[in-house]
Amino acid sequence: MDLIADHISHRFGALDVLDDVSFTVRAGEIVAIVGPSGCGKSTLLSILGGLLRPSEGAAELRGAPPSGSLNPLTFVFQDFALLPWNTVEENVAFPLLHTSLGAGERRAVIDDALRRTGLTDFRAAYPKQLSGGMRQRVGIARALAVRPAILLMDEPLSALDSQTRELLMEDFVGLLADGTMGAVYVTHNLEEAVRLADRVVVLSRRPGRIREIVTLPMTRAERGTMEARGPMAALQGELWSLIRKEAIDAEREVQHA
Amino acid sequence: MLDRSPQETKDRSAEATRPVAFRGAGFTPGGSRYSGWIALALVIAVWQLAGSAGWVNPLFLPAPSAIAVAIYKLATSGALWQHLSWSIMRIGTGWIIGTTAGVIVGFAIGLSTMARGVGITFISALFPIPKIALLPLLILWLGIGEEPKIATIALGVFFSTAISVYSGVDAVPRNLIRMAQSFNVPFHAIVRRVIWPGALPSILAGFRITSSVALLLVVSAEMIGAQYGIGAFVLQAGNLMQTDQLLAGVVILSLFGLLVGKLINLLEVRLLHWR
Repeated sequence: MDLIADHISHRFGALDVLDDVSFTVRAGEIVAIVGPSGCGKSTLLSILGGLLRPSEGAAELRGAPPSGSLNPLTFVFQDFALLPWNTVEENVAFPLLHTSLGAGERRAVIDDALRRTGLTDFRAAYPKQLSGGMRQRVGIARALAVRPAILLMDEPLSALDSQTRELLMEDFVGLLADGTMGAVYVTHNLEEAVRLADRVVVLSRRPGRIREIVTLPMTRAERGTMEARGPMAALQGELWSLIRKEAIDAEREVQHA
Repeated sequence: MLDRSPQETKDRSAEATRPVAFRGAGFTPGGSRYSGWIALALVIAVWQLAGSAGWVNPLFLPAPSAIAVAIYKLATSGALWQHLSWSIMRIGTGWIIGTTAGVIVGFAIGLSTMARGVGITFISALFPIPKIALLPLLILWLGIGEEPKIATIALGVFFSTAISVYSGVDAVPRNLIRMAQSFNVPFHAIVRRVIWPGALPSILAGFRITSSVALLLVVSAEMIGAQYGIGAFVLQAGNLMQTDQLLAGVVILSLFGLLVGKLINLLEVRLLHWR
């Protein structure tokens, strides 16, 4: 299943946020969206996931979702969006309660999602008892449980400290390695984009336009190796040079809101 | 390679050292377990002493022991239960009616644009009215029985509840609702599993307010026109200059208020353990 951004523009009142953004996320592909802060990255993701109606253009799907997918487009949120009154297990079960899944089947799906994210021993814990990294793992387990075709990840690591980020990055690489799930990965962190994505969509500052779509040269598996560090740092540098000027301007912009 | 070394100790040979002055004291008042009770006991002891020594006229301020005796007599004669049961019936009925209506209207305001527009206007207009002022009107409408008293309490409870419920619904983080929508969770399930538990802290805080509103209104209503009830009893005792009886009634009201507060605490511990 492909996810298509078709000439998407968006305005919040008088504020132009996105301007004529078009690209296609092909089945199993990981597309990172980077750009200076305030360029509309998260807005774009909300539109792609059907949580926001664009002012112009549309988000479209092509092809059937994989069989057994309960929620083809599934979000992973920056602030985790866990229900604080539910345990880890109940949070993972939450999207499954109103599906056609039987109790036994649901149990199995939950167990599998908890196991894949290393949460089996934490199933009875409440979110407030967990570290930020573990909370985001719950968010990921909840997403995996509905067997998404495409994960829509909105800065999933930016609320975490750098060491936790490193650990979760490894998890993401592992979970996405088999190519059955695609992802749109919104981030301001170029290292994450270079590490995880097949292609990087570089947005300009507000109103966000596509400046460039960069296809990364190595396979994702190759990028994990020691030898890849040099070329990856170079890639990151290249991306930064595309964004730097805009980031400076964006930072100096006075907020009129 | 990293240059690694174990912990470094103070160099003894060099110049004399001095400690860094501590300046982080204060601004962390901690509750002490007994000091409050001790202070309360002291006040009662002084009051008792003043009474027994004849420093104050018992007609104006009877000693704590006299109040205790009055409570005991009330309890054994059955009068206490008679008055209390009338008050509890009025509070209970009025509170339940007002709370049910308030929760329904509060949710409607929190969830629907149309209900919000209409509801907030009416609530803003009617909330500031001291509800006891409506009792005469309600007596005209409903007769002189229990109905006007219960209706007064229900009205007082309704407005506070509706306000605390819709502010609670408003305070549910939008990202949780978006999350539920992103998983195609149906509307009724979002209300039940996201909005209701999310609004519950504010709803329970509202209960705390409405329980004291109900207590205030029941006493006022009973003072205006009732044969039985703690309010009526306190008023009668005042008219007969039975100050010990009067204060016994006040103490019972205070105990009742404390008990309800404890009950709400218990409810919060049970329902909001996740906080």
